[in-house]
Amino acid sequence: MSLIQEIDFGTPKSKSEAMVTLTIDGNQITVPEGTSIMRAAMEAGTQIPKLCATDMVDAFGSCRLCLVEIEGRAGTPASCTTPVMPGLVVHTQSDRLKKLRKGVMELYISDHPLDCLTCAANGDCELQDMAGAVGLRDVRYGYEGENHVFAKSHGCENDSWMPKDESNPYFTYDPSKCIVCSRCVRACEEVQGTFALTISGRGFESRVSPGMSESFLGSECVSCGACVQACPTATLTEKSVIEIGQPEHSVVTTCAYCGVGCAFKAEMRGEEVVRMVPWKDGKANRGHSCVKGRFAWGYTTHKERILKPMIRERIEDPWQEVSWDEALNFAAAKFKGIQQKYGRDAVGGITSSRCTNEETYLVQKLIRAGFGNNNVDTCARVCHSPTGYGLSQTFGTSAGTQDFDSVEDTDVVLIIGANPASAHPVFASRLKKRLRQGAKLIVIDPRRTEMVESPHVKALHLPLMPGTNVAVLTALAHVIVTEGLVDEAFVRERCDWSEFADWAAFVAELKHSPEATAIMTGVDPQALREAARIYATGGNGAIYYGLGVTEHSQGSTTVIAIANLAMVTGNIGRPGVGVNPLRGQNNVQGSCDMGSFPHELPGYRHISGDAVREQFEAMWNVKLNNEPGLRIPNMFDAAIEGTFMGLYVQGEDILQSDPNTKHVVAALSAMECVIVHDLFLNETANYAHVFLPGSTFLEKDGTFTNAERRIQRVRKVMTPLNGYADWEVTILLAKAMGFEMKYNHPSEIMDEIAALTPTFTGVSYARLDELGSVQWPCNEKAPEGTPVMHIDGFVRGKGKFIITEYIATDERTGPRYPLLLTTGRILSQYNVGAQTRRTENVVWHAEDRLEIHPHDAEQRGVRDGDWVRLASRAGETTLRAEITDRVAPGVVYTTFHHPDTQANVITTDFSDWATNCPEYKVTAVQISPSNGPSDWQKAYDEQARHSRRIAPVVEAAE
Amino acid sequence: MSSSPDKLVYMANQIGKFFHSQGHDRAVQGISEHIWKFWDPRMRKQIFAHLDTGGAGLDPDVLDALQKLKQQA
Repeated sequence: MSLIQEIDFGTPKSKSEAMVTLTIDGNQITVPEGTSIMRAAMEAGTQIPKLCATDMVDAFGSCRLCLVEIEGRAGTPASCTTPVMPGLVVHTQSDRLKKLRKGVMELYISDHPLDCLTCAANGDCELQDMAGAVGLRDVRYGYEGENHVFAKSHGCENDSWMPKDESNPYFTYDPSKCIVCSRCVRACEEVQGTFALTISGRGFESRVSPGMSESFLGSECVSCGACVQACPTATLTEKSVIEIGQPEHSVVTTCAYCGVGCAFKAEMRGEEVVRMVPWKDGKANRGHSCVKGRFAWGYTTHKERILKPMIRERIEDPWQEVSWDEALNFAAAKFKGIQQKYGRDAVGGITSSRCTNEETYLVQKLIRAGFGNNNVDTCARVCHSPTGYGLSQTFGTSAGTQDFDSVEDTDVVLIIGANPASAHPVFASRLKKRLRQGAKLIVIDPRRTEMVESPHVKALHLPLMPGTNVAVLTALAHVIVTEGLVDEAFVRERCDWSEFADWAAFVAELKHSPEATAIMTGVDPQALREAARIYATGGNGAIYYGLGVTEHSQGSTTVIAIANLAMVTGNIGRPGVGVNPLRGQNNVQGSCDMGSFPHELPGYRHISGDAVREQFEAMWNVKLNNEPGLRIPNMFDAAIEGTFMGLYVQGEDILQSDPNTKHVVAALSAMECVIVHDLFLNETANYAHVFLPGSTFLEKDGTFTNAERRIQRVRKVMTPLNGYADWEVTILLAKAMGFEMKYNHPSEIMDEIAALTPTFTGVSYARLDELGSVQWPCNEKAPEGTPVMHIDGFVRGKGKFIITEYIATDERTGPRYPLLLTTGRILSQYNVGAQTRRTENVVWHAEDRLEIHPHDAEQRGVRDGDWVRLASRAGETTLRAEITDRVAPGVVYTTFHHPDTQANVITTDFSDWATNCPEYKVTAVQISPSNGPSDWQKAYDEQARHSRRIAPVVEAAE
Repeated sequence: MSSSPDKLVYMANQIGKFFHSQGHDRAVQGISEHIWKFWDPRMRKQIFAHLDTGGAGLDPDVLDALQKLKQQA
């Protein structure tokens, strides 16, 4: 193994199809029009010296090191900013060029420290490389004069010197090493789109400056790492590199955070991760990253990780550390006992959307074949289950229609109930890049999110009242139909015309007009009409949506309404358009694909279908139950009722993430055996009897499937600290239960998946190694996968328009609970925070805050930072208030990353009509000033503390 | 609220409300198919038991759909 060295071509790739031939150093080269001479030379294998150029950002032409000579042209143009022309004859090396370059380097080095041996970039410094490349042997100017290098000169303070900025927890800014190439500034602008950095001053006074000469942490910087990656010197360096040193080998793997699925190089020294660097060939992220994937992997070796299996008879007892055998046999005996006592259907399990496809597949196999029932569900139940239902009803597949590259061809972006800048940051960066090129943006969200207003981005914002999605989307459809904006040719060719006619008549009714619905939705009718016109007529229109769509009592209806909009405007089946659910967790798509839902086998095929079930029965050599099993909320209900008594939970924290915490506590408490298989003693583990230590994404092989249906490899870079990868633990548990599963490697599990699932028949580890990644369907018809779906027709045949009647949720405001609470995420934290809270990311977000409008706050006597009591019909909690007009009057908002906030004590039992996906996004609440934690929070904390005790191991006396 | 008849009745009516705008016949078809596809047998058993005692609280389409489903079972 060695360090993967990615070629830096110096300038971005040209998309032109017209080709140009020129001669560089005597060799004829043909490249796309618009390519720089620098890139053309590199493609031919000639590296022209450079410092300010890198292929992640546009050419800048400031360092004057990449000069070349062109026959027939005067002077020595910079090769990075000079495009190729037919017939050019270019020379990259001549006496004149050598002299010029050496002179440039001499000037650079005259204001740069010569501490190379002890420098963190030693071995990875482009300045050092260029000094070597141009043959610099001497610096005639010395260091006596004005400089940025030394704190003191001639015994006096050097005003030009600046100390290191160590404020960011993950990287250091050392201004004394800066060569002002501005690669960091341009990466922040062009790649990330935050515009946090600038060059302050002019000439010799030029300095990289976060914000208005602020610290990195104090500036708008979002710590994505693009500047660190772009820096050619040790000016911006990962603290882990400073501490450990340069990596010696690297392995390409996939991030285990959100559904974007960024590809990273895990750069290693032995089994220690030195840093994670985004991989340029990653088709989801194209070399970019966010603060989570790039930096927040410290949880993988956090001291709170549980590495030994533990058991206990009662949840009041302290945990006992035991051997794997003892823990597995204890768990198996309990589950078998429960099944004998209460029946075969009294146990079940929850697959993890954080684990690999292979692991998820094994857990559902264990439940269906080993437990003998279909009581398997996954966290998608509480996030994107309505997506599965809605898109399969209308289009015929339970997945998004595009790849992320598609956004580069989009003219109008419609974001509904999603905040990619916080929850899917790398996709947001790619989207913002397109918006800066002129694409239009419409945002439908109760809050003025970071997407609505960001540098050089201005959205048409429709701030709706939480819970009125269907009314707003039907009103959009009303405008499209009544103003004659329907793409009739598309609808006639691709969709069922009579269903369309019924639907069009329904949406055209006056009661669905923006004017008639404004009283419920709070959306300005004129703005809504404008949005409909832009989406329908503005060119390629793409819809991106998130949990603000699905987590409602009409979540599935909203997904259907979105599909209707895409069909009626013909925005389906080509690059730049489509319907794109932004998936929350890394492998939500995969866990759904792998048969994690109680009613369907892998590949979304209903369990009652005899032909499909028989294939699985033949492969697994066991008879399967043909009835759907319990969904997560149904499991809780059945537990309280006394018919569901054992649960195996892999990699989910249902107690913190599921709604109505008190109800979940009651359900878990009622069960006789809860097995938690996780990295940490999470909240659910407080009610568990068996704890099986889990492994991190760095410790196992497998695959994740991202929001684009892209299957990507996860590669093991270190030995599992707990002893086993999660797939091995499931196999051991199955064996203890008396059900043998034999696999030597996850690739064999994928082979079984491919053999049983028509959309996966072409998927294998060999194929993934060869292509980097594939998007399902990947089979005989599409051997290299399917970036865009429904190209010549819908998977189900004709696209199906379905009527979407708006039905207000039964969670209503009233005199006692006059405000609506909605929930969301923040950039630096992830999901229940089990991972990110155990990293330095807490510097950005140490606690959940309640956002409240100044008007509502003043009425209640709440000041910024005050503790407030947040009460709903389900429960109450306390947290601190943040006063902001990002939320409308009548709406309050919080995140759910911290267990002590207990946001889900507040959320209710209401759920989506089709899938039981909980209605997290609408809860009627009241706010009042408070002195501190509620009684419930105190009692909860006490129980958690008590429950997490681990009994000391007693050594036998000699 | 556990999975008492109240909760199941609420869930069934929620399903009914979605299909209601498609007209009675299609609604009955849609509701019965949905419950058959997504409800675990013990939930169906409970709602059928509730149906046998008169099906109080169930909306008309839902009542018809459940009766149809029960006959098929």
